[in-house]
Amino acid sequence: MSSEDAPHFSSRDAVVCRGVGKTWAAGTKRAHEALTDIDLDIKPGEFVVFLGPSGCGKSTLLYLIAGLEDATKGRVWSFGDLVETPSPQRSLIFQETSLFPWLTVWENVSFGLSIRGAGKEERRTVAAEALQRVGLKAAMDKRPDELSGGMRQRVAVARALAMRPKVLLMDEPFAALDVQTRARMQDFLLDVWRDSGASVLFVTHHIDEAVALADRVVVFTSRPGRIKTIVPIDMPRPRNLFSREAENLRIKLTDLLRDEVDRAFAEQEAFAVPA
Amino acid sequence: MAVVTRDSEPGAAAGASRPAAASRLLASMAGLDWLAKIWWAFLSISLFAGLWELCWAMGWADEKLLPPPHIFLSNIAEQGRYFNTATRWQVGQSMTEGPSAFESVLITGAATTGRVFAGLVIASVLAIAVGVLVRYYRFFDRLVLPTITLLSPVSPIAWLPVAIFLFGIGNAPAIFMVVVALFFHMVLATINQIDTVNTNLINVARTMGASKAQIYGRVIVPAILPGMLQVLRMNLFGAWMVVLVAESTGVGYGMGQVIMLARNTFNPSLVFFTIAVIGVLGFTFDWLLRLAQRRILYWLPDTAERLRVL
Ligand SMILES: Nc1ncnc2c1ncn2[C@@H]1O[C@H](COP(=O)(O)OP(=O)(O)OP(=O)(O)O)[C@@H](O)[C@H]1O
Ligand SMILES: [Mg+2]
Repeated sequence: MSSEDAPHFSSRDAVVCRGVGKTWAAGTKRAHEALTDIDLDIKPGEFVVFLGPSGCGKSTLLYLIAGLEDATKGRVWSFGDLVETPSPQRSLIFQETSLFPWLTVWENVSFGLSIRGAGKEERRTVAAEALQRVGLKAAMDKRPDELSGGMRQRVAVARALAMRPKVLLMDEPFAALDVQTRARMQDFLLDVWRDSGASVLFVTHHIDEAVALADRVVVFTSRPGRIKTIVPIDMPRPRNLFSREAENLRIKLTDLLRDEVDRAFAEQEAFAVPA
Repeated sequence: MAVVTRDSEPGAAAGASRPAAASRLLASMAGLDWLAKIWWAFLSISLFAGLWELCWAMGWADEKLLPPPHIFLSNIAEQGRYFNTATRWQVGQSMTEGPSAFESVLITGAATTGRVFAGLVIASVLAIAVGVLVRYYRFFDRLVLPTITLLSPVSPIAWLPVAIFLFGIGNAPAIFMVVVALFFHMVLATINQIDTVNTNLINVARTMGASKAQIYGRVIVPAILPGMLQVLRMNLFGAWMVVLVAESTGVGYGMGQVIMLARNTFNPSLVFFTIAVIGVLGFTFDWLLRLAQRRILYWLPDTAERLRVL
């Protein structure tokens, strides 16, 4: 593979994946191929949504891009640098809540700053600002245990924003929210995204959410995940989600996804029957 | 109460003093809660003692073998003679000199408690340090973990001769015994705690650019603290057991030695009296540890009540 030989990649794109594959527990009896042959280019400032059946490797791909796991095949670059370790430039918001229970909300949000040795005043100011954006400034001094699941996830969003990342990786961040809150969080996310100029990679199961947010929707096949198609959405923002165009997109994405989910279930049944 | 408040602070506006009075009332209610707890503890113990007394009154329990509480607690002065024998039997000191019976019990109890405490502190500091180092440095893991795993199933009793060879008699061997009894298990428990820290928490710190040392200091150590304090509390009972064994085999004076003395002189009253003292000491110790636990682990919700609704 040519990308294996090239230590540097000329593209300055926010994320570049070439031939990326991940096999969990590679080389053991439990080896499990989650992703294969991913080629993907994400421009600076682009909003990309990952859509795919459960278990197809969307979270895995975000981990690889974040640098938290090593790809077993292929390589990932970010702004021309090979991704080998995690970096504050690429913030990941995890699918499960991941706040530090021993820190208050604002201490959680400013954790990254404290790692860099910032003083308390600065940390509190930055945290207040980030929490303001997610509508949780009043909960600054609470502990994560005192918050609801959705509130915790918003704190996690604030924490990622406080790092001012160039690439924001979001793994189903709004899955636990009610429809209204989710709509507000989407609007807020679009604001933040526009202001920050960061690229956003956003995983979701909700086709509505994909249509509301994405510049491009990457649809994955069932496991092992490959890119099935990439659907560009060039509706201007703010989007009218009840327009004919939006409706057509929803139908198209639903069809694409249904095929894959059907296939995933068919495969499972094939597994269940002893050959 | 509110009236008193207003009288004592004439400058305070009535409106401002009301919440203060309310919070003071709440505090006194919390005090009542505390009283209730003591009351229940008292009831629980009385019930146990009552049953015992009943057995005695019915003639089922021979008072020579199983003297009921009112007998073994009645002659504290008498029992106290056997405590703090080290000071009492010093050369040139007569039985009437030295600390009073009550003081002797206190001194002996304090000596034993001190050994448990010292052993516990030394063992936990060492064990957490070694456990963290094992995970921090691969080479340290390979170098020391096999030995620790090998030694951890060895009964602390087997270490007793070693304690005496190394430290003779006095405080040191008894403390050594407590440390040996706890250390190996606690190292393994620390490692286990580290291995079960939520990966996401570690990954969050990693994506924020935390160094290895920062991840250990700011994520792993706070994350394992609740589990470690739990381990410590569980091991507290082990520490009390071991310290008695150590003391009873002559590595110092203390509660263990009193028990031994009672056994050798066939004095059931003294046995039960000592058991009662040990019980009270152990209970207090555990209570203090729980208090510390709540202080240190301020972020943990109180889950003891959550099953009450069932
Ligand atoms: N740490 C891990 N070790 C081993 N296998 C894993 C691990 N994480 C994920 N997998 C496997 O990799 C595959 C892809 O998992 P992944 O979490 O990326 O799916 P996903 O697309 O995010 O699914 P969902 O939409 O349900 O979150 C799954 O089959 C899963 O069993
Ligand atoms: Mg996932």
